[in-house]
Amino acid sequence: MTQAEIKLCSLLLQEHFGEIVEKIGVHLIRTGSQPLRVIAHDTGTSLDQVKKALCVLIQHNLVIYQVHKRGVVEYEAQCSRVLRMLRYPRYIYTAKTLYSDTGELIVEELLLNGKMTMSAVVKKVADRLTETMEDGKTMDYAEVSNTFVRLADTHFVQRCPWVPATENSDPGPLPPAPILVISEKDMYLVPKLSLIGKGKRRRSSDEDAAGEPKAKRPKHNTDNKEPIPDDGIYWQANLDRFHQHFRDQAIVSAVANRMDQIFRSLPVGYNISKQVLDQYLTLLADDPLEFVGKSGDSGGGMYVINLHKALGSLATATLESVVQERFGSRCARIFRLVLQKKHLEQKQVEDFAMIPAKEAKDMLYKMLSGNFISLQEIPKTPDHAPSRTFYLYTVNILSAARMLLHRCYKSIANLIERRQFETKENKRLLEKSQRVEAIIASMQATGAEDAQLQEIEEMITVPERQQLETLKRNVNKLDASEIQVDETIFLLESYIESTMKRQ
Amino acid sequence: MAGNKGRGRAAYTFNIEAVGFGRGEKLPDVVLKPPPLFPDTDYKPVPLKAGEGEDYMLALKQELRETMKRMPYYIETPEEKQDIERYSKRYMKVYKEEWIPDWRRLPREMMPRKKCKKGPKSEKAKDTGKGTSLTNTADVLKKIEELEKRGDGEKSDEENEEKEGSKEKSKEGDEEEDDDAAEQEEYDEEEQEEENDYINSYFEDGDDFGADSDDNMDEATY
Repeated sequence: MTQAEIKLCSLLLQEHFGEIVEKIGVHLIRTGSQPLRVIAHDTGTSLDQVKKALCVLIQHNLVIYQVHKRGVVEYEAQCSRVLRMLRYPRYIYTAKTLYSDTGELIVEELLLNGKMTMSAVVKKVADRLTETMEDGKTMDYAEVSNTFVRLADTHFVQRCPWVPATENSDPGPLPPAPILVISEKDMYLVPKLSLIGKGKRRRSSDEDAAGEPKAKRPKHNTDNKEPIPDDGIYWQANLDRFHQHFRDQAIVSAVANRMDQIFRSLPVGYNISKQVLDQYLTLLADDPLEFVGKSGDSGGGMYVINLHKALGSLATATLESVVQERFGSRCARIFRLVLQKKHLEQKQVEDFAMIPAKEAKDMLYKMLSGNFISLQEIPKTPDHAPSRTFYLYTVNILSAARMLLHRCYKSIANLIERRQFETKENKRLLEKSQRVEAIIASMQATGAEDAQLQEIEEMITVPERQQLETLKRNVNKLDASEIQVDETIFLLESYIESTMKRQ
Repeated sequence: MAGNKGRGRAAYTFNIEAVGFGRGEKLPDVVLKPPPLFPDTDYKPVPLKAGEGEDYMLALKQELRETMKRMPYYIETPEEKQDIERYSKRYMKVYKEEWIPDWRRLPREMMPRKKCKKGPKSEKAKDTGKGTSLTNTADVLKKIEELEKRGDGEKSDEENEEKEGSKEKSKEGDEEEDDDAAEQEEYDEEEQEEENDYINSYFEDGDDFGADSDDNMDEATY
């Protein structure tokens, strides 16, 4: 794992789970697989806290354990899974577009809790949906169940590895850790449950009136006395399936843009006749993007989507775009030129791009030092004498993609740090505004006049309000940037993964 | 030999033209220090994507961040001293549900095992849990009645919760479970610890909980 990735993981863990979990998680990412006591010793944390942290990390599928010989259990962190926490909003939003609010909340609960039983998810989601409904209306468990089943059928949620049911009643010495199994065919098998019930609204008497210390509330909920019907059957979100969906989305929108470019005037309707469809497909197949290939004429022509090429094109487009935005459009022209011609000499670049020598040279070196372009040496003589060697400029897409990906990780880490800094700088003001809001809320609950409310609101002065506005704007911008850089990360990672698989 | 331009004169070992510099041309300056931390960019960044989806995802992200902080998975570190003690802080404490992992899925070493307890009170709690649990409950009930008579509402609540905690323990006889419950009871105590000046371990079980000390300040306490 690169330093940039480790840094980003550290920031994500700390924001979501606190410093103790962050310490343990980062330590495992750096050192690899380790047993419990070594972790405690190396990090200088108490055994108890290490256990708590590991429980949290395992629950969220960020750490796995393995039993080694002599019964030693070792824990291993999954750095790439930690980085996926950046993408949670995108997963949840996608679920919303595909399965509306119910689907959205199911995926959100699964991501927030790592793993849950189906009955727990259904109950929680029904309660949450009921909160948002009009008075008197409730959400039925059956409806939530149905959506859950649909999510399982389309593989957006999957079962977690489970403890195999042991047939032998002989206890014997217990193994140090359960060996969890998973089978392909059972991974999306929904247990037969008859979940009957409706979501419950949180009663207003349950909510604490201001002034009552919350510590007084009884700790245990009284409603988990019934046995859970699907005890032990846990579900998690299937991130790979979401990634598949994102990839398909990216390809479809890229092709759509392409078609728009060429055929803006042609009407596109749902009833496309066979001839028109043929034309479209031929165009797609001949398109230099090479997304669609023709692989034979059986059945009138077999068309195949070349996923690897598609991902490659997307990655290349990303690189081109970055060069353009960073170095200017003339640099971008040179970049595209070198991409197209594969290898070019200094002189050839100047000629083909029609850019004066001095500028071309300058631009090439800028891109070279940014590792977007590389030099390829071709010796003319066996002694590799520099005066008798060709130096050709070329673009190595894989290594440029890796470089850009690394940069993306750094960018997000910087964005998060800056956001935390901005928030910390204004901590006092933020706390003040929260307190004022709390006071206003409690006053409204007990029925206060507008004049009184206004008085309280004026506790925050006008310049302070402006400061808060600016802060909010900045934090929003930083957050939005994080989300969008993650989109680039997704594209580049998909391309790199696809390339590595083919090797 | 053939490549020498003359003695003492600087000569490159390679053909400088191949790299793009003309002969005799002034080479760019040597870089003497690291590039500036925030260099001026000629090209400003592209504006962010804006749209319904992006706005929704932004709101989701911020909500998720807040929600995660309130979940039981977020393990708090002991807070640093705040700059000013705020009265309202006490009433804005977030109530966190406790989360108990499914121990069947985890290595056995993950279960918290408390061999050494931290204080006389907790030790007593553990001991009484194993032994005469019924008498303990009876004792506690008697104490509650006593205190109720004195009208010490606050303390009796605390007693109540303790009673609940120890009753719970008396149901479970297993050692493992005992440990868990003992841990839960400890957690109970910590959770119900009120921010006042009374140190919980100061008073032993069975002592009068200083119901006197509030009223009779002129009497010396030993």
